[in-house]
This record gives sequence, structure tokens and C-alpha cells, in this order.
Amino acid sequence: MHIRQISVFLENRKGRLAEMTKLLAENRINIRAISLADMTDLGVARLIVNDPTSCLSVLKANDFAAQATEVVAIELPDKLGAIHGILEILNANGLNVEYMYASMGKKGDTGVVIFKVDPVDEAVAVLRRNGVSVVSGEAPPIP
Amino acid sequence: MTDDACDSAGGFHPASALDYLPRPQLRELQLARFQSSLRRAYDCVAPYRKRMDERGVKPDDLKSLDDVVRLPFTEKADLRDTYPFGLFASPLREVVRLHASSGTTGKPIVVGYTREDVEVWSSVVLRSFVACGMRPGDVFQNTHGYGLFTGGLGAHYGAEALGVTVVPASAGNTDRQIMIMKDFGVTALISTPSYFIHLLERAAEIGVDMKKLPLRTGIFGSEPWTEAMRRHIESRTRLKAHDLYGLSEIIGPGVAAECTQQSGLHIFEDHFYPEIVDPNTGAPLPDGAEGELVFTTLSKRAMPMIRYRTHDITSFITEPCACGRTIRRMHRIGRRTDDMLIIRGVNVFPSQIEAALLAVEGTLPHYQIILTRDKGLDEIEVQVEVTPEVFNDRIGTLEDLQSKLGHAIANTLGIRVKVHLAEPHALQRSEGKARRVIDKRNA
Repeated sequence: MHIRQISVFLENRKGRLAEMTKLLAENRINIRAISLADMTDLGVARLIVNDPTSCLSVLKANDFAAQATEVVAIELPDKLGAIHGILEILNANGLNVEYMYASMGKKGDTGVVIFKVDPVDEAVAVLRRNGVSVVSGEAPPIP
Repeated sequence: MTDDACDSAGGFHPASALDYLPRPQLRELQLARFQSSLRRAYDCVAPYRKRMDERGVKPDDLKSLDDVVRLPFTEKADLRDTYPFGLFASPLREVVRLHASSGTTGKPIVVGYTREDVEVWSSVVLRSFVACGMRPGDVFQNTHGYGLFTGGLGAHYGAEALGVTVVPASAGNTDRQIMIMKDFGVTALISTPSYFIHLLERAAEIGVDMKKLPLRTGIFGSEPWTEAMRRHIESRTRLKAHDLYGLSEIIGPGVAAECTQQSGLHIFEDHFYPEIVDPNTGAPLPDGAEGELVFTTLSKRAMPMIRYRTHDITSFITEPCACGRTIRRMHRIGRRTDDMLIIRGVNVFPSQIEAALLAVEGTLPHYQIILTRDKGLDEIEVQVEVTPEVFNDRIGTLEDLQSKLGHAIANTLGIRVKVHLAEPHALQRSEGKARRVIDKRNA
């Protein structure tokens, strides 16, 4: 299974990110993981939220350019070489990671790492075959 | 050749004698040249013939200069529609030079010159330079770009005809320009005013005291400038700054020039017949009234222009000039009737930018053009709203879009622009018509 990530186009100016997070909080959308990629004068925020569908419609209704993308979320133990193990599996199967970012788990001993891999279904299948705990979209684990 | 053809502060050249013709004699010369130029346009250029026939006017109907109002106007669009050579009256084998400047959309407008045209052009540039106080013995630095732009070669040929020492520095490379100015003992130069102000700032940065250089005559043109810019230039150098006016469609630089009185631009009326008309109705306006400047070329052979609408707003100065020239003066050009922008001497129409955006994106995004001046140099930024359709998660896609837009615009305009991607609805919208251009250059 994979989960839906929401990407938002942001101009790189003071306070703009906060305007977006305020809008989401007001609409009771909980951000569970976030990463910000930036170019000189623009950026893209990538979000994992509790309700991607309403997140997307709230953003669009407020003139944000936003889009949903399928990504893989993996629960990883806090131990040496954990991320490397995942990358080795993907690499061995010819799957390339476009970007990735991490979020804290609820408990102290695991973390959730978001991978953008193409094709996403193949990546999920390969990881599951190798015994990796892939997070399901129906039950978002990151509280 | 009379003693009058000698400026108090300037040089002496027989070609300048035509600046001092008694008015009745000048009017006679204008009429005779107008009649033969009109005949040539009618006989050799199909679009002129068609338009005059539609109006029921024949070349012979021009009995006096007052009959000029019966002739149809020519617009920049006519040049675009007949691209590249449709308004030429000479076969290409008689055309010794082609130049081009930007049109209102993708295609440039092309102008051609016979050998005689090049000579006339050189003579009016020469007369402009003499009026500004240049004379043989001057070392003249030409910072206009040599190429399709009429500024570079136009100034070059005029300066050679005058017999000054020409330094064909061409545009750009400011540090080298300053080095040449200093090492060659340059006494006269031509530049766009904004580039020269940039050069002054650079000179200050690298510790060159411009006041110690022997520069005494500056000729500035190809873009509108102000009295404040003149004071800025004159207070930081020892040169006197003069305005030179021209447009490629008529001949290039050398249509009109300030004399050392620095009080309006003398129009070389023996070659270019000027009118001031109401920009809305096209009706002629009384002398001294402000309106749109219209030119008819009186001696151009390769590409005669009949009543060409310049879209420049000015008025004639009715009083005679203290310099003694009898050719009429006009006030410096402050504004235009259309949306043409002049950026670093290059003509830019918002419609050209629009065409480039449309070509890249398929649909026209909301956009805005921001003009600023940094250290005297014009900067243009095009802000383009990102639509949800073009946005996707990949940063690379945005980078691609930005560079594709930048290249498409630069290809159309011939100058580099900065492209800024903006969020949907981030750009200012005004009631009704969008405000496409924000010009902060003289703010």
C-alpha cells in the first residue's frame, strides 16, 4: 500500500509557509510529516496529513497550487543501518529514490520515512517481499 | 557654406549648412522631395499604391505641403504585415544594408538602405554630432551595439564621415569601456543614458575619477531619459550631455538632435517631414500643441515611409533657437501613445512577452512585467502565475518551466529577463484590464 502526499507550490517569501499551516489548522487538517524543498525564489512543501482529500480541496479553494502524489511510508526501527537497508533493497531492484524525508514515530523507538519511488506499486511489493513494514494508506500510523 | 554653420562650442562642417536654410527655401526643398518620394512609393510599393487608390489620392495631388493630410498613415503593423521586405521600393540587389528591430510580436521589423540612403544617414548623424559640439580631433567611443540594431553602425558611419577618431567599442564589458575611455583619451561618446549611468557607478567602484578624464561631449539616445538624468551625468563628469532621437523605420539615430543650447531637438527637416497629430483622430494639431509625432521620409530610396506614426508624444518648439539653426525643434520625448517599453535601448512590447508565454504553456497564464533600474541598468522581471495544471510535485518541472519561459522570452526580445514563478492569484489584478507593466525605474 502507498499513501497520498500533498505537494504545495509556495513562493519563497516571509510568512507564506505559516499562512498555509494556519489555513490547514483552521480546517482541522493535521500535518503528520512535512518537508520543504526550496529553489532560489520558490519552494515546494510536501505534506502527509490525516485527510488528504479535504486538504487538497481546502488548499485549492484558497488559491494554492497543490497536487496529490503517491509515496511509500515505511516504519523503521531506530537502529544502525536501518535506512541503508531499505535503500539497498530498492537499489538491488533497480528502483530509484527521487526524494525522501523522515518523521518521528509516536513511540521513541521507531520513525516513519517517506520515500518517493517510481513506480510506487512495484516498490511496495519489493519492500513487502523483503519483510519491510510498509505503512498502509487506510491506517495512517503517524498520529 | 557660411560662418553661421559653425557652433559657438562646436565644430565646423559644410554638411551642417542645411541646418540654416532660410525657411521658404527649406519648404520648397521639402515639397520637391516629398513629391518625388511619394511618386516613388506609389510606383514601387504595392501596399502604398493600394491604400492611396482606396482613398482616391494620386501622387500628383500633392500640390503643397498642406495637402499632406490627404495621405494615409503608415503604422508599425504595416511593416510587420509585409515582413520582411514588403515595403521596399528598391530591388534587394540595390539594398546595401539591412537592419532589424523588434516588432510588436515575434517577428522583427526589417529596414533596408541603398548606398544613397547610407550616405544620407551618415550625413544626418554627422550633422547631429556637429550640433552636439563634436569636431575632428575628438576621440569618439561608440558604446552602441554593432549589429542589427541601427544605433551602432549608424553612429559609426556618421562619426567617420565627420572625421573623428572612432573607437568601435560596441556594447557591454563595462570595465574595458572605462579602460579605453581612460587610456585612449576619449573626448566624446555615444551611449544609452542608462548604460552610461551604470558605467559611472562602475567607474566609482573601481576608483576611476571620471571628472579627471577629458570627456567633453556625450550623446545619449535610444531610450527616453529625463533632465534629472542629464544633471546626474553632468555633475559626475566634465561632459555636456545631449539628446539624440531616431527610429529604425525612419532611418535610425539622426532624425533629430540637440544642439549645444540643450534646448529641444532640431529635426533634420530636409530629409524627414515632421507632423504633430491628434493621437486619437489623426487630425493635424496647431504648432506648439502636444500630440503624436509623424514622419514622412523625403529622400529615403530603399524604404520610403509615408506619414509614419511614431507613437512618440511631443510638441514643436515655435521660437527660433539661439544657435541660429532654422530647422525646427521639438521637445524631448517623454511618453508614448502605446504600451511600448524601451529596455536597455531595446523596444519591448508586452504582447511579445505574451506570445512567448503562450507558446511555452499553451494557454496564457496571468503575468506581470516589473521594470527596475539597478545601478543605472534596466532590469526586467516577468512574474508568471503557476496554474494548478502546470504544477506538479517535481521541483525539476518548475525549474524547467522557469528556464523554458526565460529562453522563450529572451529569444523573442533579444534581451535576458528574469522569470519569477508566482502562486495562483498572487499577482495584482485591477478592475477590468489587468495592469501588466509596473515600471519602477524612475521611482
